[in-house]
Amino acid sequence: MIALLIRDLQLAFRAGGGFGLGLAFFLIVTVMVPFAVGPDAAGLAVIAPGVLWLGALLACLLSLDRLLSLDWEDGSLDLLATAPLPLEGVLSIKALAHWLTTGLPLVLAAPVLGVLLHLPAAGYIWIMVSLLIGTPALSVIGTFGAALTVGLKRGGLLLSLLVMPLYVPTLIFGAEAARRGALGLAGETPLLMLAGITLGTIALLPFASAAVLRVNLR
Amino acid sequence: MSIWEYANPKKFLRSTERVLPPLWLGSAVLITGGLIWGFFFTPDDYRQGATVKIIYLHVPSALMAINAWFMMLVASLIWVIRRHHVSALAARAAAPVGLVMTLIALLTGAIWGQPMWGTWWAWDPRLTSFLVLFLFYLGYIALWQAIDDPDTAADLTSILCLVGSVFAVLSRYAVNFWNQGLHQGASLSLDKEENVADVFAYPLYVCMAGFILLFIVLVLYRTGTEIRARRMSALLARERMSE
Repeated sequence: MIALLIRDLQLAFRAGGGFGLGLAFFLIVTVMVPFAVGPDAAGLAVIAPGVLWLGALLACLLSLDRLLSLDWEDGSLDLLATAPLPLEGVLSIKALAHWLTTGLPLVLAAPVLGVLLHLPAAGYIWIMVSLLIGTPALSVIGTFGAALTVGLKRGGLLLSLLVMPLYVPTLIFGAEAARRGALGLAGETPLLMLAGITLGTIALLPFASAAVLRVNLR
Repeated sequence: MSIWEYANPKKFLRSTERVLPPLWLGSAVLITGGLIWGFFFTPDDYRQGATVKIIYLHVPSALMAINAWFMMLVASLIWVIRRHHVSALAARAAAPVGLVMTLIALLTGAIWGQPMWGTWWAWDPRLTSFLVLFLFYLGYIALWQAIDDPDTAADLTSILCLVGSVFAVLSRYAVNFWNQGLHQGASLSLDKEENVADVFAYPLYVCMAGFILLFIVLVLYRTGTEIRARRMSALLARERMSE
């Protein structure tokens, strides 16, 4: 399992792996927002937590179709499926690698981009904590979507259509926790709900992902 | 005699052909009767006036929008557990019906909301969860259409339906948490003091029964069409082989 994790991380970090693309996308979305809604600081401060969450979600979403499709194309996914390691474990590791290369950088970059959006001072810790708790769920749910569409030629758009509705509860609780925190209100309740969703998806969803991947590898 | 006998496509087709005409007739009679009763023989509401009458379309379609997904969930479970092809095809046949029911519920709600709430749309929990349900239907149908091999498609969509159900319920409670609503609470409950007045409720029950029958009829009919389409593609494939 550790060897697989190291392999995936190396593939992502080395040339052509696309590491940093998600981060750059996050940056560009955040920069585009003031162009669209105007540079008014008070207005930006209100929407900042939501924009940061939405940007992180989209950055996660766009990196999903690379998650399994490269391994699918060169056949290593078949090898992994026949390996002694259970497919559920393989997919959990893949989700973890995706989180380490996409989710975690987003968490670290969020406060910097918060400055651009005039995020209120109380909000920085909340946006980081809520993203830290919420992005693993995005990766795990995304792995399910990637496993579902891995065999399709035009899977990219379909993947977004399938995964977006599944992201709804995570986005609601995550953005709500960040919003309440930025306003100085108590955000513990949505944060706990978010943690519940993350833990639940980590525990259960790899089984569904492995089931659909087995169908696709048949 | 067990229900699993209908998993045989031939048997399914033969028996649905027998029950479909009376069911068509029943649903048509119930819906027209309920609508005429509701539109012409009930008084106007003292506060909402005549706009209240859209309830006879709004509530039954909303009811079936949710129950269609529930039926797809059960059919998907049967496919996953027992692998009866008719069941997978029934789930496939029900999805567009459910999608249209959701759309009717959303549209009639908007038409009703405009004069009553002063807005076509509000991010109310009920409205939002219906919109999310609509997206789930879209994704489910899109996945069916994207995959060529019928068995793979049936497997993938049924697992999507199972996972989607869990997330749809999660979303339902998440949006409750996220915003307070304009929509009224449940008002047809058996255990509540305050409900819709009987004079409105009885034609509504008739319409609901009509919509339930309509849904059953459409699903049976569309499942039959799917079975025939599947059989035809098998025949065509066999013909190509023998050439």
